[in-house]
Amino acid sequence: MASRPHPLAELTRARILEFLREPEAVFWVFVFPVLLALALGIAFRSSRPAKLQVAVVDGPGAAWVSESVDRTATAIAHRLPEGEALEALRAGRVDLVVEVSGEPSSAQVPRITFRFDPTRPEARTARLAVSEALRRSRGLPDIGEVLEEPVTTPGSRYIDFLIPGLVGLNLMGSGMWGIGFSVVVARTRRLLKRFAATPMRRSHYLLSFAYSRLLFLFAEVAAVIGFGWIAFDVKVVGSLFDLTVVSIAGAVCFAGIGLLVAARPRTIEGVSGWMNLVMLPMWLLSGTFFSYERFPDVTHAAIRALPLTALNDALRAVINQGTGLAASWTQLLVILAWGVASFLFALRIFRWQ
Amino acid sequence: MMPEAKSKAERTAVLCRGLVKRFGDVTAVAGLDLEVRIGECFGLLGPNGAGKTTTVEILEGLTRHDAGSVEVLGCRWGTGCDRELRERIGVQLQETQLGERLTVRETLRLFRSFYRQGHAEDEVIAMVGLEEKRHARVGKLSGGQRQRLALACALVAEPEILFLDEPTTGLDPQGRLHIWEVIEAFLARGGTVLLTTHYMDEAAHLADRVAIMDHGRIIALDAPARLVASLGAEQIVEFHTEGEIPATVLTGLPGVRAVGQRDGETVLSVKEIGVALPAIVAELTRIGVRFDALRTHEATLEDVFVHLTGRGLRDG
Repeated sequence: MASRPHPLAELTRARILEFLREPEAVFWVFVFPVLLALALGIAFRSSRPAKLQVAVVDGPGAAWVSESVDRTATAIAHRLPEGEALEALRAGRVDLVVEVSGEPSSAQVPRITFRFDPTRPEARTARLAVSEALRRSRGLPDIGEVLEEPVTTPGSRYIDFLIPGLVGLNLMGSGMWGIGFSVVVARTRRLLKRFAATPMRRSHYLLSFAYSRLLFLFAEVAAVIGFGWIAFDVKVVGSLFDLTVVSIAGAVCFAGIGLLVAARPRTIEGVSGWMNLVMLPMWLLSGTFFSYERFPDVTHAAIRALPLTALNDALRAVINQGTGLAASWTQLLVILAWGVASFLFALRIFRWQ
Repeated sequence: MMPEAKSKAERTAVLCRGLVKRFGDVTAVAGLDLEVRIGECFGLLGPNGAGKTTTVEILEGLTRHDAGSVEVLGCRWGTGCDRELRERIGVQLQETQLGERLTVRETLRLFRSFYRQGHAEDEVIAMVGLEEKRHARVGKLSGGQRQRLALACALVAEPEILFLDEPTTGLDPQGRLHIWEVIEAFLARGGTVLLTTHYMDEAAHLADRVAIMDHGRIIALDAPARLVASLGAEQIVEFHTEGEIPATVLTGLPGVRAVGQRDGETVLSVKEIGVALPAIVAELTRIGVRFDALRTHEATLEDVFVHLTGRGLRDG
């Protein structure tokens, strides 16, 4: 009799072979995140900040204002008739409209009107920049000696923020879709029932998904991180060991959640609906594309309890800040708690036929 | 039956009593008694919807029954011996689609790993004659080859009992013959088979005993030849007439045992065809009934089913 291979090893092996033989899955797991990183990296690449656009309404004193503005490094003036200036403001072509009643002289202080949308940060900046420029041109004293030190640290650009988020998002997506679809397809084809008719341990079947995910995880994370490094010089500040630990925790977590979502549905449509229901909130809330700090403070605790948020935070701590695992223990706990609880619950309610 | 198997025939492989299974308002199995002896091939014959699959899946421990008792190899499902029992049975489900992206050999290797003991992959591949397709993906196999692979997955554990749910449905004659040979080889090695089918020739060919099932009940149970003999007829005469003719017209004729109607055809069970046929033709001519499509054949299990239910096996 041939020596008997372990069923869990065989199930994992079968899963890996099946995955590698499905070109679409390989695309979504490896190519898609890289394309996404490329597109977003280009769209939000850090360039010199654009100059603030200031419209100066024609009239007495307009020359003084526009010369003062043009002398600054941050703003540029356009002299326009009042109607055109307001139209440009409305269309967003200029950030600020300045109207002045005349040249300044010792006899007269000019009346200056700023028109802008106070909800736009550029408009508020333009307003401050112009008043500063006008003050200087009148020789009014500064608040003191002012020094400017521009700071552009690598690791604080948008792409630096984005890459760890994409790693997290990808771990979630490939875990959920990869597992969810395989399980439901096997169920509709009555393959699960066939397995249930063998002495196979049911936990082995479910565990094989988590195990096969671990193997792909390295390739997946390496694809996104490597791309970020080559194309945008995004560096992993922390240790690769820490990155590996966090990634494994994330992959196991979403394997568990994927199994849970796929535990009952009988159709692909059914499982797709559940997948989207579970993933969409995390796409929006978990700080992949923008920081969840933008949501109201009261929501932060709940958002941080989401597995993807915890994973993204832990990944950023390692990749961007280089803090050790000890600093991220709450996140790791959240991630593992989700994974283990989901797995055990999935095992209980799993539908084999 | 093999001599070796016969000596073991006292022992029971499957025993069930008063089996009931309901799905909502539908009673799929309505108080079924069944006994499969070790070493025999037991056929469950019946039309689609008769409850064959439900019965088999209860016996396989995949579906829970509502009432009655089931014992397989001396063990009841759910009493702590399930895993042990699964080591000893081989199962082929109706319409299971194995993973399409694995090869034949990989699939069997996977199934083999679930069992403590059994055949090596290549051994079982040879048993079902898939040597040339060893490295072919499952998705590329023909219907017949897939069925043989499914059978191989059931055989890989070297089971004591093989449960086969419609193993040849949808196959061409060549494919069916191939499957039959594999099953016969398993029986020759002393294995026990419980198979369901709606092909009466399959049941007649393979089964030592056949239970005819209808509406969740067994309506007849015996060796195929004896079931046919129970009709008291050797031949069946069928013909078509414009409109039904009263049964009484033909009942008294020499050699005619029974007269029935089915799908606008008259069906006669006859004992001595040489005597009966001329008498039937003469009588029909005498009373002026026009008939056509007259044919005769040896009585089969299908005729037993028609006789018992008034319907054909394919009528559902």
